Order: sequence, then structure tokens, then C-alpha cells
Amino acid sequence: MLSCKEATHVMSAAHERELGLRERIALRLHLLMCRGCRNYERQMDFLRRACGRVGTSTADDKASGD
Amino acid sequence: MNSAGELAPQLAKFRPDLLRFARLQLRDDPLAEDVVQEAMIAALAGRRDFAGRSALKTWVFSILKNKIIDAIRSRERTVNLSALSGEEEAFEEAFDRLFKANGHWQRDHRPGDWGDPEETLRQAQFWQVFDACLNHLPENTARVFMMRELLEFEVDEICTELQISSSNCYVILHRARNNLRGCLERSWFGPGES
Repeated sequence: MLSCKEATHVMSAAHERELGLRERIALRLHLLMCRGCRNYERQMDFLRRACGRVGTSTADDKASGD
Repeated sequence: MNSAGELAPQLAKFRPDLLRFARLQLRDDPLAEDVVQEAMIAALAGRRDFAGRSALKTWVFSILKNKIIDAIRSRERTVNLSALSGEEEAFEEAFDRLFKANGHWQRDHRPGDWGDPEETLRQAQFWQVFDACLNHLPENTARVFMMRELLEFEVDEICTELQISSSNCYVILHRARNNLRGCLERSWFGPGES
């Protein structure tokens, strides 16, 4: 059973590489039971999305209608 | 097809964003000015290659990314990662404090719901906070993280480029994400749910 701390490492690594089957199952089981880590996973997705927009999609663009 | 005369004013409009992007990654203002200048010149010179397949801004950014990559490559490569900087060490300790002895979240530190991402990303003020948080990352951490997330290098490429092991790379990226996450929680989203 993964601890939350271990789960954070797996969730971060998932942004770099494909997880192995065991890792995936362990993580899914953990997430089923842990709301904090489910939020953490979404927060990590958010960070990636934000980083992908740095510079190219700022609020100013929308304001100036680009 | 854009003439140089039509394109130049459009490029000038992007300049603040280009500069901001370059500064975040290079942390060296004169160098950032130089790469932006080079990218704008390259965009003007190569305007015939811009076939309108992507937005003009996206195209110019892809040119800038390559210029930043060149700048990173030509700069000193060695990253001293064997010794954690004081900052990085302090961060590791702060991260450990989020958890109980058994590795589960402390009640007060359990991550909360950050709401609708798109709505957040639309807010100009959010981007100021986000930039500030990126700027607060310790230098080595920032370098690895931005190569991964802003320049979209694969981990293998980062390892080769900076001569670090992949496990080291994973540790640094994990640290960077948690550092950013903590910063955004403090400065924008507020504490998690208990």
C-alpha cells in the first residue's frame, strides 16, 4: 500500500514516463481511497497546463482579442 | 504573405511576453534581451516559412525556444547537484513536514480543490503570481524544471545536457512541482482542506 508521500513521487513521475503496471495499479488503489492525493493529482495536471501556457496564453491576449 | 514591414509591429507587440519567457528561464536579463532580439530577427528573416499553420505567436515562441536552448547549451553545463543548496534542503524539510510519520498527509496539509483550471488561467493576476513562484525556485531546480515544462525536453535529454542521472532528475522535478504547488497554495489558492 502506497503512502501519500510515495504516491506524490509516482504522480510526479507520471509526467515524465509511462508508469509500470504495478505502479499504475498501486496508484489507482491509493487514489480511490485518498481525496488529498486525488486533489494533488489534479494540481499536478494544473501545473503542467499552466507551464504550457507561459508566455503564449496570458490573460492580456484575451483582453486585446488576439 | 507578410512583408517585413507588416510583421515587425506584430512582433514588437509580442516582445514583452517573449522577454518574460526568456527571463524566467535564463535569469539573466542581458542574455534574455539578446535571445529575444535574435528570435525576432530570425522570425523576420524566416517569415516565408510561416505558413499560417499555427498562430503567429506560437510560431515566434517556437523560434525563441530554440534560441533559449542554444543559450543554455553554450553556457556552462555543469550543474552542481551533488550538494543540495541550503534553499533546496530547507524545501525538502518543509515537504517532509506535510506528512505524518506514516507518510500520509497531515490533516492541515492535505491538498485541496483548486477549482476550475481554465478560469484561473484566464486571470492576469494569476500569471503574476505564477511567474513569481517560478522565480522563487532554487536555481538548479528551476533549470531542470523549465527545461522539462517550458522547453519540453524529455528526461533523457535533460540528463545528457546537464550530466545528471535520471533518478536525480525525477527527484528534482518532484521537488520543483511541490515547491510550486506550495507557493501557489500560499499565494493564490489558499490552504488545502482539513
